[in-house]
This record gives sequence, C-alpha cells and structure tokens, in this order.
Amino acid sequence: MNTSIAANEGAHAGGEGPLSFWESAMRWTLSVDHKKLGIMYICAGMVFFLIGGLEAALMRLQLARANAGIIDPETFNQLFTMHGTTMVFLVGMPVLLGFGNFLIPLMVGARDMAFPRLNAFGFWLFIFGGLLLYFSYIGSEGLYGAPGAPDVGWFAYAPLTSRTFSRGNSTDYWILGIMVSGFGSMTTAINFIATVLCMRCPGMKLMRMPMIAWMMLVVAALVLVAVPVLTAAQVMLLLDRSLGAHFFDPQTQGSAVLWQHLFWFFGHPEVYILVLPAFGFVSEILPVFSRKAIFGYSLMVAATVGIGFIALGVWAHHMFVVGMGPVLDSFFAASTFLISVPTGIKIFNWLGTMWGGRLRFATPMLFVTGFVAMFIIGGLTGIMLATVPMDWQLSDSYFVVGHFHYVLFGGTVFGIFAAIFYWFPKATGRMLNEHLGKWCFWLLFIGFTMTFMPMHISGILGMPRRIYTYEADRGFEIWNLISSIGVPVQMAGVLCFLWNVVKSLRNGAIAGDDPWDAWTLEWSTSSPPPEWNFDRIPTCTSARPLWDKKHPEDPDAHYE
Amino acid sequence: MRTHLIQKFFALVIAASVLCFLALAAPKTVMATAVDVVPVNESSRAPLEICNTSVPPISGAGVTSIFEPNSPPAREIRNLSYLVFGICIAIFVVVQGFLVVAIVRGVKAARAAARDPVLAAREPVQVYGSVPIEVAWTVVPVIIVFVLTMVTIRTIRDIDTKQPPAGALEIGVIGHQWWWEFRYQAADGSTIVTANELHVPVGRAVALRLNSADVIHSFWVPRLAGKMDLIPGHTNMMWFVAEKPGLYLGQCAEYCGAQHAHMLLRVNADETPAFDQWLAAQAAPAIENPAVAHGRAVFSQYACLNCHAITGTSDGLFGPNLTHLASRATIGSGSIPLTRANLRQWIDDPNSLKPACNMPSLKLNSTELDAVTDYLMTLQ
Repeated sequence: MNTSIAANEGAHAGGEGPLSFWESAMRWTLSVDHKKLGIMYICAGMVFFLIGGLEAALMRLQLARANAGIIDPETFNQLFTMHGTTMVFLVGMPVLLGFGNFLIPLMVGARDMAFPRLNAFGFWLFIFGGLLLYFSYIGSEGLYGAPGAPDVGWFAYAPLTSRTFSRGNSTDYWILGIMVSGFGSMTTAINFIATVLCMRCPGMKLMRMPMIAWMMLVVAALVLVAVPVLTAAQVMLLLDRSLGAHFFDPQTQGSAVLWQHLFWFFGHPEVYILVLPAFGFVSEILPVFSRKAIFGYSLMVAATVGIGFIALGVWAHHMFVVGMGPVLDSFFAASTFLISVPTGIKIFNWLGTMWGGRLRFATPMLFVTGFVAMFIIGGLTGIMLATVPMDWQLSDSYFVVGHFHYVLFGGTVFGIFAAIFYWFPKATGRMLNEHLGKWCFWLLFIGFTMTFMPMHISGILGMPRRIYTYEADRGFEIWNLISSIGVPVQMAGVLCFLWNVVKSLRNGAIAGDDPWDAWTLEWSTSSPPPEWNFDRIPTCTSARPLWDKKHPEDPDAHYE
Repeated sequence: MRTHLIQKFFALVIAASVLCFLALAAPKTVMATAVDVVPVNESSRAPLEICNTSVPPISGAGVTSIFEPNSPPAREIRNLSYLVFGICIAIFVVVQGFLVVAIVRGVKAARAAARDPVLAAREPVQVYGSVPIEVAWTVVPVIIVFVLTMVTIRTIRDIDTKQPPAGALEIGVIGHQWWWEFRYQAADGSTIVTANELHVPVGRAVALRLNSADVIHSFWVPRLAGKMDLIPGHTNMMWFVAEKPGLYLGQCAEYCGAQHAHMLLRVNADETPAFDQWLAAQAAPAIENPAVAHGRAVFSQYACLNCHAITGTSDGLFGPNLTHLASRATIGSGSIPLTRANLRQWIDDPNSLKPACNMPSLKLNSTELDAVTDYLMTLQ
C-alpha cells in the first residue's frame, strides 16, 4: 500500500506493474466500480466548483463598487445564471452523489452498488449534461450575437424563458443540459435505494445502518420524486419554445405561475437533497472526533425521514410575493416553520454527541464544527424568510443570497470539505496534510464570513439580488466592498486545498486501514479498498461494528 | 445530575415560550392597523437618525432600509421583524453557547487524556441518547414554531394585500422591460398615463393594481410596503399609506432581463393640494409651443411615435408616455437625471447610457437631435 495510486490500481487489477497513463485512463473511463465512479464524480464536481467559483469571483469584482463598468449587464446575467446552475446541478448533486457512490457499498458491507453499469451510465449522463450546458458558451448563438450562455437565472422563470424574451438558443442549452444530468441523478437514486435496501451485509438491520446510508436513502427518495417534476416542466418549456405550445405563455392563457410551482416543487426538495448528505457527513465525522456514539440515533433517523416528507410540502415559500393569497401563504409558512423542528433536532443531537466527548480538532472536525455553527445561522435566517411578511420585504434581496449561501456554502460545501479530508485516506491510501488543511479551513471560514455576512445587511438596506450594478446613494457600497474583499481570501483557501491534494497524492503520510480510529465498516478494509471491497463480507453486530470489535468487553450491541 | 440541570433549563424555556405566546395572542393594541394611520409628525424611535427628519432622505444609508418604515404595512413588518429577530437571536445565543461550551469542555477533556495515559486508554463514557432530553428539544421548538406561525398568520391578515383600506386611491401599475407605467383614473373617467415616477398623496391609502406587459417584475419600495410581483396575465394588489411627504426610492426586485438593475422606482409623496395640482397638470394635453415645431415634426417623422405617446402627437404604447416628460426628474427608469445633455445623449444612443435597453438609436443628425431634445424639454 505504499506505492503510487496507479500502482495500487495495477496491483488490484491483476498484480502487474504500474500502468501507463493511457491504460490507467482507459481503466477509469470504462470502470463500473462504485469507488472509481465516486471519485470521478467528486473530481468532476470539484472542477465545476472551480469554474462556478470563478464566475462568482467575477460578479463580486463587478459589484465591489457602485456603478462599476467592468462587466456588461448581459455577461453578468450569464454569470449568475451559470454560477447558480453549476453549483446546484454540477457541483452539489454530483459531489454528494459521488460520496454516496463511494461510501454506501463500503459502509453497508457490499461489494458494489446494486446496478454497477447503471451507475456508470448515470455518471456519464452527468458529465455530458454538464458539458452540454457549458458548450453553450461557444455553441449558442443569439440575436445581435449577444446571448452566449443562458441568462435567465438558475430558476428560469417564465415567461422570460419564452422565445419572445429569450432569443437564440441559450435557454435550450440550459434545458437540455440540466435534463440530461437530471436523468443521471434519477438512475443514481434508483441505485442508492436498491443498494441500501437490498445489499446490506448480514446483521445490518435498517436501524443499524450508518447515518449516511439513511441520509442517502432519503435523498434518493427525494430525487425520485422531485427531479422528474423538473424534467417534465423542462419538456413543457421545450415544447413552448420549439413547437409553439403555450404552457407558460400568458398571451395565450398559459400560466407564468405554473412554472414557478413546478420548478419549486423540484427546487425546494433539491435544497434538502443538497444538505442531507452533508448532515450525513457530520453525523459520521462528529462522533469519531468526539469519541462518542451519536446521541439519539433513532430520533436522528426519524428526523431525517421527517425532513424528507415535510420537504415535499414547503415549495411555495419561494413564492410569497407571487400573490397566492393569505390561505396558501399561511399554509406554506406553517409547513416551513415545521421543518425547522426536525432540523433543530439534528443540531441538538450533534451538540449532545459533542457534549462530554473528547474532542480532537483534526481538519475534518474543524469543518464539521464550522458546518454546525454556520448552519445554525442559515437555519435561523431561514426562519425569518418563512415569516411571510418579512419575506415580502426580504424575498429576492441580498438577504436571501446571504441566507442560502450560509446553508449551501457554510453547510454543504463545508460538509464536503470535511468529507474529503476524512475519507481521502480511505480513497487514496494517503493522508492529507493537516497543516495545510487548517490553513484551508480558516481561510475559507474567514473569507466566507466576510463575503456572506454583509449580504444580510445589504439585503435589509434594500438591495435586490441579480442586479449587475447598484446606485451609489443607498448605503450599499461598504457592505458590497467587504463581500468582495472576502473573495480572494476564499480563493486562497481553495488554493491551499488544491495544493494539499497534489502534495499529499505524491508524498502524503501513509494512512493505513483506519487512521481516525473510526467505527464504521469502510475502515475495516484496506486503504484504498480492493476492487471487491471486502475479502470476506463483514457481519454487523450494531450501529458501530468496529467499536464492537475494538471493545469486546462493552459492545454497542448490549445497548440496542 | 447534569441531566436534571438540562431538564430544568428546558422547563424554564417552555414556560417562557408559553408566556411569550400568551402575551402575543392577547388582543392587539400595539400594531397600527390599516385605517388608523400614524400622524405625520409622530417621530417613531428609529435606530438611524435619518428617520427623524420630517422629509424622507433621498440618499444615504437607510434610504431603502426595511427598518425605516413610513407606511403601515412596512411598519407592521418592521414590528414583526423585531420580534422574529429577537427570537432568532435568543435561539442563536443559546445554541451557539452550548456549542462553545461543548467545545471548551471537549478540548479540556482531550488535553487531560493527553497528559494521563490511563485515561487515554479508555474512551469517554458512551451516551446513546436520553428520552427526556430528546423530548424536551423536540417540544420546545414545536412551541416556538407554533408562536411564530400564529404571529405570522396574524400579520398576513392585518396587512391583507388583497384588501386595500376603503377609499384608497387606485393606481394601475404595469411593468415593462425595463420601466414602469402608471395609470391614474381622472375625475372625469379618463385615464392619465405616466411613467417611472409615481406620485401619491400623503396620508391617503394608495392601492396598486399590478400587471405586466411582458415578463415578471416586482414592485418594491421598502419604506412603504413589502414587495409584490407583477405577473403577466395575473393581477395582483398591494397598498400603502405614505405618512410623510418626500421621495421614496425602490426598484424592481424580480429578475426581468438585461437591465433589471436599472428598473428603478421613485415614489413622490405630496401633500394633497400639491398632489391634486400635479394630477391636474398630468391630465392636461401636451403643451404645444410653436417655437419647437421643428422638434415635434422630427418626433412625428421618425419611429419615435411608434413607441411613445404624446397627447395630440402620437399614441405609441411600447415605451413610456412622454406627454409630460419634462415634469419628471429622471429618464431611463429613474437611473439618469433629466437634463438637456442627458436627454440628447439618450435619444442619440440609448445603449450608451443603459446598455441592452429596448430603445434603438434612430441615427438622427445633430440638428434633428437638438430639435427633438428641445421639443421634449418643453413638455412640462
């Protein structure tokens, strides 16, 4: 286990010497191995993360000063459309699904996913969907040569997306790119459900599954319910645009509001699709670095399933300014408040896990703690936005931008970084550098706070989102400047991370099978695991099978 | 023992929440309702000094702040915001406080273990959960959520955007890419059309009937009321009462295409006599000044008249009504001060001032430009 990764692959594949680059690339491309697919998902997602991040950096450059003329309005509108679309569909989904791919079979003691070839199919759909979307930059032509990439916003409200207002074919690229990658998500979701329900090793009852398996099960269910609705809506939009249908065309009795209902019926569960796996990472990593079992396992499971159900009934809280009327407004406010209960339970259970523990602040734990602290803020601003009259003021303002970045950056992205630092040793056999890891965390944390905390203030001061520039006399300038200054700090953090990965892949410390002294099954096999995962299918005696092995005098099984 | 402490703490929180709810559910006396408008010179306690002047500021921090209300709906929202912010800050302090304490204790425990090899050999005590504690931190949020839902529903009902107060002045608002059309009903039943600068009387309820000519826009003047979308094929209502005379700023809050950023709103609240005077002036036909007849001819010869209406000269519908253009302070939907030089440049090449806007450059020569600019500048 101490040679390069390529050599490891070779060793597992048949015991020959190191592979050439070409052979290695072929092996990865043609692979149906869930670990390779998972790693490819994560790597591709991180590439898109860099692209989406650069788009955001350009926007912050333009917004640093009032009435700046660095970027013209059409380019700016493309930037925020591509940034949102990229981060949701090409970063969040694939990276989290990638972790699901890599981890689920290892954690439930299986040799692969239930449908390995379907798995590879889903991955390649995602890649080609993403490439199709980005091909719009060169492939799409609009009137006056203007629209290159899509510029209708990531939620693409009708009728801005109709032929009349979105000329050229950039919106068609948006529809088709997302639709293709959406099919990939659906196949992956089917795979997750089948694997979690049918491939668990002997002894692993549902209530002994690692929290991640539970979270991924709920996420997969949400994907299966929500994504087809988006796909259907996109088909309708495509018909409107290409064949003269009138689903969303108000001129001919179509409904502009219908699109919003369909989109957010997908869009809000999507938020939970993006955050539940990160909850899973926290629920795995926090106990290990607190040296305690997760507090209230069954309530945690109940809260996860509860979130899954309630998540399907909150979508119209994105539409309080549409004029739905007091009854619907009240219903969706109540359901949105309600979902904060299971979410709160999770946070309290994590605190209960840390309480009385012996905390070790290695980089994964830093990110996880940062996640909990930031997610609390994102959750509380969510409560403010669920308060309908406050939403009438704050909806579509920078307050919302601050809120959802606290959830999706402070939450999901911190969770992803925690997971990368935690499972990198398992995937590659080498540790990431702790020193650089801590730099990465603190730079990201400080840059993140500088960028997104002031957005709440500029929103309260009345700054709408999605404007390419703003007036100089409204008191927005200082907060926007601080936001923009945070960007290079975050970029430095990301550079630390990239350098860390490159450096550690070459000469990181050798990890060994179980570097964190953890308790779930993936740590019982070698790092990186063989293609068949386990020489012998493990058996499971409790929710923490390795704890039972390490502490035969006091196994968890006694407390079930 | 520690468990007992935690239980006591939660019992306290529950009791406090119940009290809080009872206080809120009591008959409302504090909040201003739709009809009892707060008098103009009642100076409300405001965090920013700016609010204490009798005229709303037109520039500087707070000029569009949701915490500087000057109208009942905006004030009700502000009051609710204080409550919700208070609850959220309390939750924030308690939860982050527990997190910090847990971290400090956990790090201490880890240091102790590092010094003591016997301790280090054992894992900390494993706690798998506790039914009373878990019940407590399920029930307390449920109570808070219940309180929040109740106050939210009550404020929704109080403001009731669909039911403006009786006797409200109704104004039609139509969103366009990227400007606002306002339609008043004159006493004789005719319609008065203007653009981008809304005039309202002080102290009288104003109901806006919102519609859109193209894509979705959103009317947002934070100091007057919450925003409401303008959706094609779907009429929305909102209302407010401007309590102080002066200029209130706002802008479109729903992404509507290339120049969403420059779809600004200006609401002038005038005392009733001044407002009536303004309305009468707007109802009058366009001034015909023979000195600028050449400019008027240019306007009528070229494509200007396809889009812009000037009573007695043209009846275009796609662009702002120019009958009384010179009575406005701005052009380009509130983004450019109306001066002769700006107007001339705008007519010459609108894209140089508002890139990607829908008005084309008509390539007028400089004589024609001067003439048509002079003509438009006379349209008081």
